[in-house]
Amino acid sequence: MELLNDQGLRLDGRKPDELRLIKCKLGIFTHTDGSAFVEQGNTKVIAVVYGPHEVRNVHRAKTSADGAFVNCQYSMAAFSMSERKKRNRGDRKSTEATIHLHQTLAAVIRTELMPKSQIDVFIEVLQSDGGNFAASVNAATLALIDAGIPLREYVIACTASLGTGNVPMVDISNLEESLGGPTLTVAVLPRSSQIALVEMSQRFHLDFLEPVLKMAMKGCDYTFKVLDMAVESYLSEIGKPNNWGQA
Amino acid sequence: MLTKKVFYKQSKKGTILKIVREHYLRKDIWCGCKGCVKCALEEKDMILDACPVSKCSLLSDPHYIFLDTNAVLDQIDAIEDPYLENIIIPQTVLDEVKHRSSSVFKRLKEVIFDKKRKIYVFVNEHLKATYIERRVGETVNDRNDRAIRKAATWYQEHTGVKSVLLSDDIANREKAVEKGIFAFSLSDYAEATDSATLSERLCAKRWSERRGEDSTDVFPAHLPPAAVHHGLKAGLLLQGVFYASKENCLEATVITDKHNVLIQGRASLNRAIDGDTVAVELLPKEEWVAPSNLVIESEEAEDEVKVEREINEEERQVTGKIVAIIHRKWQQYCGILQLSPIKGHTYHLFVPAKRHIPKVRIETRQGEKLASQRLVVAIDGWPRHSRHPQGHFVRALGKIGDKETENEVLLLEHDIPCSKFSDAVLADLPSNDWTITPEELAKRVDLRNIIVCSVDPPGCTDIDDALHCFKLPNGNYEAGVHIADVSHFIRPGTALDKEAALRATTVYLVDKRIDMVPDLLSSNLCSLRGGEERLSFSCIWELTPNAEIISTRFHKSVIKSKAAMTYEAAQAIIDDVSDESELAQSLRGLNTLAKVLKKRRMENGALSLASPEIRFRVDSETHEPLEVVSKKMRETNSMVEEFMLLANVSTAEKILEEFPEVALLRRHPEPPPANFDPLIKAAHHQGFEIDISNSKKLSESLDKAIKPNDSYFNVMLRILATRCMLQAVYFASGVTQRSEFFHYGLAAPLYTHFTSPIRRYSDVIVHRLLAACIGADATYPDLMDKRKTDKLCQNLNYRKRMAQYAGRASVALHTHLFFRERIENEEGYILFVRKNALQVLIPKYGLEGTLLLSSKDKKNPSPFVFNNDDHTQRAGDIVFHAFDRLVVRLYVDRSNVQHERLIMNLVEPSIPGFSVCSLGDLVPTEEEQVPPPQVIS
Ligand SMILES: [Zn+2]
Ligand SMILES: [Zn+2]
Repeated sequence: MELLNDQGLRLDGRKPDELRLIKCKLGIFTHTDGSAFVEQGNTKVIAVVYGPHEVRNVHRAKTSADGAFVNCQYSMAAFSMSERKKRNRGDRKSTEATIHLHQTLAAVIRTELMPKSQIDVFIEVLQSDGGNFAASVNAATLALIDAGIPLREYVIACTASLGTGNVPMVDISNLEESLGGPTLTVAVLPRSSQIALVEMSQRFHLDFLEPVLKMAMKGCDYTFKVLDMAVESYLSEIGKPNNWGQA
Repeated sequence: MLTKKVFYKQSKKGTILKIVREHYLRKDIWCGCKGCVKCALEEKDMILDACPVSKCSLLSDPHYIFLDTNAVLDQIDAIEDPYLENIIIPQTVLDEVKHRSSSVFKRLKEVIFDKKRKIYVFVNEHLKATYIERRVGETVNDRNDRAIRKAATWYQEHTGVKSVLLSDDIANREKAVEKGIFAFSLSDYAEATDSATLSERLCAKRWSERRGEDSTDVFPAHLPPAAVHHGLKAGLLLQGVFYASKENCLEATVITDKHNVLIQGRASLNRAIDGDTVAVELLPKEEWVAPSNLVIESEEAEDEVKVEREINEEERQVTGKIVAIIHRKWQQYCGILQLSPIKGHTYHLFVPAKRHIPKVRIETRQGEKLASQRLVVAIDGWPRHSRHPQGHFVRALGKIGDKETENEVLLLEHDIPCSKFSDAVLADLPSNDWTITPEELAKRVDLRNIIVCSVDPPGCTDIDDALHCFKLPNGNYEAGVHIADVSHFIRPGTALDKEAALRATTVYLVDKRIDMVPDLLSSNLCSLRGGEERLSFSCIWELTPNAEIISTRFHKSVIKSKAAMTYEAAQAIIDDVSDESELAQSLRGLNTLAKVLKKRRMENGALSLASPEIRFRVDSETHEPLEVVSKKMRETNSMVEEFMLLANVSTAEKILEEFPEVALLRRHPEPPPANFDPLIKAAHHQGFEIDISNSKKLSESLDKAIKPNDSYFNVMLRILATRCMLQAVYFASGVTQRSEFFHYGLAAPLYTHFTSPIRRYSDVIVHRLLAACIGADATYPDLMDKRKTDKLCQNLNYRKRMAQYAGRASVALHTHLFFRERIENEEGYILFVRKNALQVLIPKYGLEGTLLLSSKDKKNPSPFVFNNDDHTQRAGDIVFHAFDRLVVRLYVDRSNVQHERLIMNLVEPSIPGFSVCSLGDLVPTEEEQVPPPQVIS
């Protein structure tokens, strides 16, 4: 199957530079400090944040006077794929994603403001359809904002790949991932245009790295605007009873 | 807008999966009509005429044509006819076609690509206004037909121009008419146009309803797909590819994973055609048979065959019958028309040029006209009650017997891309007055002062290799091979590169060369002509006088060849002892080293095989063949060959070391021992034993098999040995087991092609890899992708094989033309003895033919008796063994214009009543008893 048809459309009818529909919601749980739900196409992710709180039991050793300890946990629900699979917490893919998530979030959380404390970020992928990690980063950002954790700025992730005729494509679906070549995931800090993480599923030829990376970053910019709007409307909603933001 | 597609799919493990995919609907999908104000069209997307004038008398109003999926699948030939224009292909149709037939899909895409045809692909599945959901209880096909009708309705409303749906499905047409769309069957529509070709190119589908005079035999019915599926799963049936025998039209082999299954007899063949994927059912063991060893050339002659069947137990093979055809590999075939004996009849038989393809019934009103022409015909189907498959006329190529026509047939039959280079390709060429720039020179090693020369066959204009050699102060030699730097001109990804990759090789016919790259490169800028500065890729060794490699280096260079010589001229310089020039010394150095190299190679077990090679001397004006000369081998041939082999081996080692995953190499698999059976048996009958345990042993035993009184015997053995070999193939190192890299024929652990980039694309890739190794050029993504390299190799192998076959066919064609003007008695040797024929090789012309021994005349039966034990034919005192010498008469039987044949008659030894007279009147007269003509393959 070709990723792009001669009319320039992808298998699901998108143009190469179009993202899937993004839906998001903050504060979906009340008993947690922060939570968010992000839907990018058929990929659905929940993020939950606890903290900052005192460093607890097993992590006691990681207590630091320099800043907060960020504890990440990425997992996929057993029902997230079309074939139901029992997934162990510690499988290789999830462990890798956990490490990447930690690296990405560490770039924006102002841990130095919260010494000797711990922040927990839990991610659960409810439905998997490509770009799981990117959606997880976006959900984590929203949940951290919901929890009121001090951040330098948003961190937003997006994927990109190469279509037929070496045309860069953004926001890769599961079908495209399984048909196409390498997928690149990038996490950026959109205001300062810094890159927090770049990850590739396979090797890219150097010639294509730049256009694909650019395409992914453009996707991040767009995602950022959508998320920012969601945050704004959420804040104005929960702030209304206290007349926040009113002159 | 968003909708979801939900469907269920069975996974490999057998579990049912629910798959959910997103399906986005858009508003920005345009109609593609010129001057549409509702759509934001760009100039390049305006494909359809605003007012598409009707060419059909059924509807005089302007209209756009819609085709349903079956119309495209069945009638692709008619769609390829340039007559129809302003066609809209809904995406629904495109996707279904793609799903159902990749070959039709490819052809459809080519038609769409042709902008003159005004064919627009309408992405109806993603346009909000035309997307429809499948209704409850509706089949996928019905839903798709409805989607096509919806698209047609939308166009009618959007543009105000009428839509016409062409479909052979009556229900679909009726529903279209209900929606206010005109709908016709394709044949009705085509017949109401004034195009002569369109309706004849229509598939003869409606024939299947009609039983003609052709319906004598009835074939067993094919199993339905579900039964085949179960049979395969349960192991009752086997799936394989059907290969028709080239010698016996009632015999075939199906190659499956488990066995090679022999199929014999018309009912067992059950309408399979060469190349089809079929399902076979094995017969019970007691019904297994042996290959008939008969040569049956005409389908008509079949019934008398089933006579004797005393089968040797050990010769029995797995035998089966075909119960279903899983996938048809129907292509277009070249051939001629055999007119119906009834005058004015429009049904005729088409006789394909490939003898293992059955005759095809076609309908045409141009019968008389086409009878003298070569045609292209496509097969449409093969109903049970019809003796022949049914097809339709595609196009005429030209007059039978014209060299131009025959050449075209040859190219077509071997799928050789031979159209002119497109403008896009030519645009990638450097200008005519291209010279080496100082910047380019600075990047390269300047070898212009070194005495370099090239040695090639006479008349060679695409010189891709040159050599040099001199003695170093330390007593060693420096030798270098300089190859045309084609990859400098052919940059990856350009149109020129894509075209060269598609063609894969230059094809050499007797009177014609079909270049892989345009003439400017092949005969000028890349060709290492004498006295001209040229870019080259050099491989330079330091060799001891004993030809041991001390060091190897590669670099891009600039050379100025001192002389472009023929093998003959170079040989003359070497042999002329008075010539002490640098050039002569250089050639002698090369020659001495080459001898050592060759000796070592032979000791390692490289095979020296033979194939009869001849050249035609062709009249430069008329291009008619004048004379046949066999290729002469000189020391200098071997000198050039040795250094090319050395360069190829050195390159192979280098690129594999640097790119273990994507090196493009060439391997030659060791043949399975069974392949050698004919060779071993034939030699055994002559009292020689051939050891095939490895190539070295084989080579040694071939060397020993010499008959002092028969110098040609050893050559014959080598010709037979060549036929036992498998094809050498290109492969990507990353997709093949390391243990299979070996080149059997050359006895080399690693081998590749580096030395002929002007005429082989493999060498271009190898140059790019090597350039990347030494940092002279950058890699690019496709070069580093082993799957892409693997795919490329498959094309290279296919094209190479086809080019080889075409070359042989061209020699055969010219031999034929040559014999039109003469009758000759020639010496021949028996290659194989068959049950009813001798396979005879005529060394002078490199020609192999069949001398039929059976007789069709009941009153005058054949005098020959076949002995199955020692494979001999006996007639009275005369016994024919393999390798026996004969004299045969060759001439062309031109009595049938449509079917000129090269005939072989026995002259010597003389057998009364069978052989022809050896003296005097060579032209057979009316009265003379000429034995049945025997056709040469
Ligand atoms: Zn329009
Ligand atoms: Zn040459």
